[in-house]
Amino acid sequence: MTTSTTRPASDYPPGGDAFRHRHLIGIAQLTPWEISYVLDAAEEWVDMNRSGAAKHDDRLAGLTIINAFFENSTRTLLSFEIAGKRLGADVVNMHAAQSSVKKGETLIDTAMTLNAMRADAIVIRHASSGAVQLIADKVDCPVLNAGDGRHEHPTQALLDALTIRRRLGKVEGLTIAICGDVLHSRVARSNILALTLLGNEVRVVAPPTLTPPAIDRMHVTTFTDMDEGLKDADVVMMLRLQNERMDGAYLPSAREYHALYGLTPKRLEKAKPDAIVMHPGPMNRGVEIDSSIADHPTRSTITEQVEMGVAVRMACLDILTRRKRGVVGWN
Amino acid sequence: MELKPLHIVGALLIDGDTPRPGSLLIVDGRIAAIDPTELPDGTETVDAKGQWLAPGIIDLGVFATDKPAFHFGGITRAALMPDNGPLDGAGLVERAAKAGKPDLWVHPLAAATKGLAGKELAEIGLMKQAGARAIATGRGRIADAGVMRRVLSYAASLGLVTIIHAEDEGLTAGAVATDGEMATRLGLPSAPAIAEAMAIARDLALVEETGAPVHFRQVTTARGLDLIRAAKAKGLPVLCGITPAHLFLSDTAIGDFRTFARLSPPLRSEDDRHACLAAIADGTIDILSSGHDPRGPEDKRLPFAEAQPGMAGAETLLAMGLQLVRDGHVTPARLFDLLAGTPAALLGVDAGKLAVGKEADLILVDADAPWQVDAKKMAAYAGNTPFDGMPVQGRATAVWKGGSRIR
Repeated sequence: MTTSTTRPASDYPPGGDAFRHRHLIGIAQLTPWEISYVLDAAEEWVDMNRSGAAKHDDRLAGLTIINAFFENSTRTLLSFEIAGKRLGADVVNMHAAQSSVKKGETLIDTAMTLNAMRADAIVIRHASSGAVQLIADKVDCPVLNAGDGRHEHPTQALLDALTIRRRLGKVEGLTIAICGDVLHSRVARSNILALTLLGNEVRVVAPPTLTPPAIDRMHVTTFTDMDEGLKDADVVMMLRLQNERMDGAYLPSAREYHALYGLTPKRLEKAKPDAIVMHPGPMNRGVEIDSSIADHPTRSTITEQVEMGVAVRMACLDILTRRKRGVVGWN
Repeated sequence: MELKPLHIVGALLIDGDTPRPGSLLIVDGRIAAIDPTELPDGTETVDAKGQWLAPGIIDLGVFATDKPAFHFGGITRAALMPDNGPLDGAGLVERAAKAGKPDLWVHPLAAATKGLAGKELAEIGLMKQAGARAIATGRGRIADAGVMRRVLSYAASLGLVTIIHAEDEGLTAGAVATDGEMATRLGLPSAPAIAEAMAIARDLALVEETGAPVHFRQVTTARGLDLIRAAKAKGLPVLCGITPAHLFLSDTAIGDFRTFARLSPPLRSEDDRHACLAAIADGTIDILSSGHDPRGPEDKRLPFAEAQPGMAGAETLLAMGLQLVRDGHVTPARLFDLLAGTPAALLGVDAGKLAVGKEADLILVDADAPWQVDAKKMAAYAGNTPFDGMPVQGRATAVWKGGSRIR
């Protein structure tokens, strides 16, 4: 494990030029050095989060962060909530299930309402691709995308990149296999963008029914044979398979999926001997991944990804509120 | 009110291969003479000042009767799609036909099946008696080939053309875009472009068998157009159309989740767009229409996949058509065949051409007048244009319907 890849601040443009975005909508808008800047900032928070009892930095004291989740989530919501609270912000969670959205209020009206409450940052998850950008265009504060439809989930890609960097000492020049339901996965899209941008060879391993059309235009190679796709990979990134995909429309059955695309110890032997295994969670043990791999002490990064998630989200909340907080050089 | 005879002078007439200087006389709401040598007593004169004098546009396949937008766009007749209602009974057809008169004529297209559900034949004969000029399958196609076959032969026996939407519903279920890099990057559910060719192929087989005349309202892919070309070469009674959107925009226009570019069928690849331009130039495409479907923010200010498809197209139809002339794809005469002559023939109405005896549905066109499309300043009751912000040239400066000046 190493953190030696962190660059000195002087490697980055000064002040706000290091990250020139009001919102974090997707990886698609970022440059390689902006990604690197966020990862470096997150490293500090990893250290603090591990430092013992007092996991607090009050730089966001007095700021209000609204987590507006229009789609159910436990892990991501909790991660953003902890990130905000560790930075001293007042964090409020809005669950769609309890909100007026169910009563027919439009997304734009909800956005205007949140805006009128003078939030200082809004974190949004929504089941429709593009919904987060739609809201971002209507509000005055920074918006962070916590997942929109099949489109993007940028903090997941950032935390995955950080996990890889810390485990393998770099996140460039690697061979990374992204396996499973790529068609319906925002995690896959954000990771493809981030990992190709950082100079890795990215492979997509999926049954043809779950491979997005024209995905090769995103600079990946596609495989339908998992053994081939894993050959000599440094990183095996598994995706969650939603239960409703296994009912015959996209796949014949869960057991057939496991037979062809499940990550078993035998299959993992095709990858490099020290390859790491990632999963964004929640897992379907025995379907896309065997428990012996998910729980493997050295190869599985699954709990570390969760830990990096909090640090990356702290970094994003800090960076995106700097203009508001009047940090020198950020105007 | 008694109409005085009207002599339009100083015009460039669009009645031959190239615009030519000339004049036109209107008496009793009809074209009485071209380049008249004598004039009736009391004739009024209008000086066109060198502008084009062309037939009023006959917009085949609109989804709303939106008079301000039609008049802005030089549209004097509109064939109304049956989807709102839906128009599946004689009374509804009769009411729709009266909606625009006297200064706009609406030709209702009758629903091919009851409730447009694609299951049972609608009362096509009674709707014809009530004023329906053709029948249509609406925004979707008739999934059941058996029903489609009966619809085609039944409509043909009544002398009506069947207007078809061609997309295979199995392939396009849930899709809001065409398969490709853009849909994949945006994470939008998409369908392969061949969904169109597959639907066209089925219906062409039925046309060949029944001999029924059909019009594919929008053909937007290279493979679909190849099928139409081959069917015409065989002599099948087939027409096809398109809107300017598929000629000037490809699926890159949906970037940033622009819902004004969410259309049905969805925007296609750049290769397909070029195939459409080639098909306009070589005569495969017969009709250019607006697909006018004004949609307010409740339908459009939504996440892309939740927004309704459709565009407000009436105001930009003429200007985009003139762009086809400027780009060398069509002559002015051919443009007005696409916009008026062929739609008139399909509907069986006595208009759409500058010829003696035709209804005096006429427009003056300043073919070069520059303006900018602005979604916020449209005459239509919603400004959902995919051309928002585009600088364009050409507009209708005067409109006559049946010899009466309405603009």
